[in-house]
Amino acid sequence: MTGIVSSGVLETALRRRRAEGRKLLVPYITGGLAGWQEAVRAVAASGADAIEIGLPFSDPVMDGPVIQQASQMALEGGATPVSILDQARELDVGIPLAVMCYYNTVHHAGHERFAHQLLAAGISAALVPDLPLEESGPWCEAADAAGIETVMFAAPTAPDDRLPLIAARARGFVYSVGLLGVTGERTELATTAASLARRLKAITDVPVLIGVGVSNAAQAREAVQVADGVIMGASVIRRMLDDGPDAAGDYIAEVRAAIDA
Amino acid sequence: MSLMAEPSATGRFGEFGGRFVPETLVPACQELETAFRDAWADPGFRADLEYQLRQYAGRPSILTECANLSEQLGLRLILKREDLNHTGSHKINNVLGQALLAKRMGKKRLVAETGAGQHGVASATAAALLGMECKVYMGAVDVERQALNVFRMKLLGSEVEAVQSGSRTLKDAVNEAMRDWVASVETTHYCLGSVMGPHPYPWMVREFHRVVGDEAKQQCHDLFGDVPDVVVACVGGGSNAIGIFSGFVDNRTRLVGVEPAGGAAVGRGQPGVVHGMRSYLMQDEYGQVLEAESISAGLDYPGVGPEHSYLASIGRAEYPSVTDAEVIDAFQLLARAEGIIPALECAHALAWITREARNMQGNTVLMNLSGRGDKDVAQMMDILAR
Repeated sequence: MTGIVSSGVLETALRRRRAEGRKLLVPYITGGLAGWQEAVRAVAASGADAIEIGLPFSDPVMDGPVIQQASQMALEGGATPVSILDQARELDVGIPLAVMCYYNTVHHAGHERFAHQLLAAGISAALVPDLPLEESGPWCEAADAAGIETVMFAAPTAPDDRLPLIAARARGFVYSVGLLGVTGERTELATTAASLARRLKAITDVPVLIGVGVSNAAQAREAVQVADGVIMGASVIRRMLDDGPDAAGDYIAEVRAAIDA
Repeated sequence: MSLMAEPSATGRFGEFGGRFVPETLVPACQELETAFRDAWADPGFRADLEYQLRQYAGRPSILTECANLSEQLGLRLILKREDLNHTGSHKINNVLGQALLAKRMGKKRLVAETGAGQHGVASATAAALLGMECKVYMGAVDVERQALNVFRMKLLGSEVEAVQSGSRTLKDAVNEAMRDWVASVETTHYCLGSVMGPHPYPWMVREFHRVVGDEAKQQCHDLFGDVPDVVVACVGGGSNAIGIFSGFVDNRTRLVGVEPAGGAAVGRGQPGVVHGMRSYLMQDEYGQVLEAESISAGLDYPGVGPEHSYLASIGRAEYPSVTDAEVIDAFQLLARAEGIIPALECAHALAWITREARNMQGNTVLMNLSGRGDKDVAQMMDILAR
């Protein structure tokens, strides 16, 4: 495979760790939620390889009830993209940070301005789930120019000829959407999770991580049999909402142990 | 070429529109675009739709001259009577088109969002007619204020889910319908109820409502041998307005889309991206979508269809707003002066006409009466009792 060799911070780190034989673990934390910085530090100390920080949006169409609730609580607490990025600057966790945000947050700030806000906050990458390939051009151009990596999503509905286009545009990693549906915990890992990751692994050497519906340590272990790693969101946030930031750290330590075993 | 031609290959009307959806839905939108293009060019499909519009929905809808109000206001007021369609609004035009298309695509289930319940009722009706399963998402606030339509949908065999997230109105019903579609896209068609959403919806829904403008233009010609001076319609997402505008956009007619003061996307918004489209959107300084606040559940929406944003940006149509108080007066005015109880949505259009009548003396004004007011009678009873 002749993937694009990226000099991005996130992709470099993930490729290096993969080369060491390590499975990749990327937890998601909703920015602005009470205790979110503590949660970022806790999951970083518990074996995360990178962290996705959510910038809460009023209309999160790719998110299920748990992350919707966390987003709403953060917004009601007065969180804004600017306040979260300001606080992110204070984080010094030694692993790459990415933001997960809906496109209107980017659009409203302006592409170049937003890319530079991320840079100034020490953020390496962005995930924008409602910005598909065909609409991604202007943002990706501004992000590339600023050195911000844009993670692209691949979904089980993609026909074969679409996946190489997505992989070619992906920086950092390819987000392999685990199922047909929105974020949230499920009792089993969907069969689509492995099949899509397998299809992606066959056409790219950019790291492939499965997210959406990877709900516990056992499912994470199952997912990394095929993929390079996993993204854990709703299951982390639920623990954080129920038991606080340390619970998120304990949980990520448990997942780390399971995927290393 | 018409000002309301096909959008660009990326679904743009000028700089508005597009397809800002999760990756999961991109192939479905592409498939829908291809299927619609194919069906719309197929005389067989067009004949099937025309048959249903005639023998089921009751088209063509008539024009009504408002003799009393015309005299009172000093202009010639004519109503396009979409309220007389089966299910009580223009929504049936789009729904029959989409349901026939979904069936042609082999989909067995419809999901829909609804505000006032008119689109939900129309979707439930088409599903019953064509033997499809249907689930309607409706904000919990709207479920309460439009209880009659909720019961109507259930009678028609549809499931109705009250959406508890966000502002619990139309915007949140759209979010929830999209979430359903992300999970069910292989078997389900999202029957979107207005000229909004990702490409091809704004274009496709406009084409299904073009019948309103086409009929009206011919009817005006037959009635007075000309086009009207002014065409007025209410605008939430903007489907009834687009429908009637389409008949007159290439003529000299002044086009007016009336927004609620609490949901004035064109009037108070800035370009933004939500629900799959780039369009005018009410939002805060960080791009969070603001909650609309309107007496009318059907217009309680912070965005607007992208083609309206385009028509506004080039100055071809204007988008003033009216207050809830003006709407309440207009609602009663039409009932008393003409014996017609309008939907609260359409009362917005009449509220603007009465306010601006002094500047339109002697004009012929065509208003799209897009829905009937039965659904609003209980709410008005409460309001007027206060």
